[in-house]
Amino acid sequence: MTSLPTNRPTKKLGLVIDLDICVGCHACAVSCKEWNTGGHSAPLTDQDPYGADPVGVWFNRIHSFEVENERDGGRTVNFPKSCLHCDDAPCVTVCPTGASYKREEDGIVLVNADHCIGCKLCSWACPYGAREYDEDVGVMKKCTLCVDKIYNPNLPEESRVPACVSSCPVGARSFGDLGDPDSDVSKLVASRSGYDLMPEQECKPTNKYLPPRPKKLGNDAHDVVALTPVADSSAGVISRWVDKFLSA
Amino acid sequence: MHPAKSVIFFTTASGAGYGLLFLLLIGNVFSLLPDYIYFLLVCYGLAFALIVAGLLSSTLHLGHPERAWRALTQWRSSWLSREGVMAILTFVPTGLYGIYVIFFGDHYSLAMEIVGIIGAVACGITVYCTAMIYASLKPIHAWSNKYVPIGYLLLALMTGAILLNGLMALWGYDVGTLSWISAGLVLVTFYWKRRYWRFLDETKSISSPESATGLGEFGAVSLLEAPHTEANYLMKEMGFKIARMHSEKLRRFVLICGFVLPFLALMVAVFTGGLISIIGSVLAVLLVGSGVFAERWLFFAEAKHTVGLYYGAKDA
Repeated sequence: MTSLPTNRPTKKLGLVIDLDICVGCHACAVSCKEWNTGGHSAPLTDQDPYGADPVGVWFNRIHSFEVENERDGGRTVNFPKSCLHCDDAPCVTVCPTGASYKREEDGIVLVNADHCIGCKLCSWACPYGAREYDEDVGVMKKCTLCVDKIYNPNLPEESRVPACVSSCPVGARSFGDLGDPDSDVSKLVASRSGYDLMPEQECKPTNKYLPPRPKKLGNDAHDVVALTPVADSSAGVISRWVDKFLSA
Repeated sequence: MHPAKSVIFFTTASGAGYGLLFLLLIGNVFSLLPDYIYFLLVCYGLAFALIVAGLLSSTLHLGHPERAWRALTQWRSSWLSREGVMAILTFVPTGLYGIYVIFFGDHYSLAMEIVGIIGAVACGITVYCTAMIYASLKPIHAWSNKYVPIGYLLLALMTGAILLNGLMALWGYDVGTLSWISAGLVLVTFYWKRRYWRFLDETKSISSPESATGLGEFGAVSLLEAPHTEANYLMKEMGFKIARMHSEKLRRFVLICGFVLPFLALMVAVFTGGLISIIGSVLAVLLVGSGVFAERWLFFAEAKHTVGLYYGAKDA
């Protein structure tokens, strides 16, 4: 049924992505591709993978943005983006076949590949570009939040998180229940003013983004004392050279 | 948005087919059309042929056409599903009325006349559902606005009227009144299309690179590095740019071939007689066909999607 669940999920599994920490290494995207090409939506096919114009299915992509202002010159922000598992997911309601659905038990949005006719309408309805058409198989695919990993009893407890979360080398990605205000991820979102992408599109995304922390400006840092040379001419050549070098 | 030829053919052909069918039903119910059996056979046949060809073509762009029947199941939430269901339901009253009026036209039946009216209304609803597939997509500013559903209905009616005008002229019937009606529809649709384009030029999406990334409070956002070096599915499907570079020329082509020249050709049909009137009517059909095809191509190609904001677009 492509209507959204009548009993709205109270459990909302999702990701919290910290834009202050992300270094843009693409490890999450690679790890995602690696896990999912053998998982629920396998295979994630590629066309012309070693040729001049490779194109393929990826559930997670890392964009890099430049944010500029007059005040402090701005910054570079690495920006990972995957499906946001929206509360009001338009990709679900536009689906004519019922292949696209939102789970009542945890809010994860999935595609039933046996029912998908490959009309691509869901990819048009998603404002975030979270849907990926597989040319080879002729069906739509998307981030499953590693549904085949997070509930997998064969894996050790600590591995039951999405592949992108377990692979992040800097801990920029957190996974948990965003429907529970007392969960670690909800507290993290509250303490860091986590926000929704494009709230004006009214999809109510589950995934949250944490903004970069305020930049420490050189002018404001009065407590940092600049080094001045301490050695006088009585000090040895090497000592004076070291002092001069360090003071530069 | 990438203009898929199968979808362009579907919306223009079935639109013209439903427009023609609507006018045939109304014309027959109110006895405004000739009741010559072969003429009606060709008219109804052409209308159904256009609709069926359009619907079949719409399944061509699917990844799994053999599963297309599944698209009839989710009419509660999906406009695409509603469109499929309505398209099939519409065949019932329109087909029954067509058989009645062609083969049993001399046996008057009030019940069948009511069926004819229901069929005409169903044609309108089906075209409306087609338009709503596009008008319900919020990420696409060029589509999710009030101009789209009315535009689709007007274009279907206009192309249907010009088609019927051409058929009547070919059969040697007097087309004076119908040519006037067609020309009037051309003017109204022309006005509506101009308003739509002005809307596109003067407004933009509520979303921006700043809202897409949520980084607006830190300054102006621009793309530094895309996720990868080559284009992906999203950029190919949603980031179509060719038409936007030539939109002025293409719009001029649509205005001239889709509206100005058909209008002049219809005027020729009204104010002349005999062979020249027939040529004018047929010419109007050919011109409007190419014009509306270009219009629909532009409708897709000019539309921008919010996903572009993640790939360097300044607005959507």
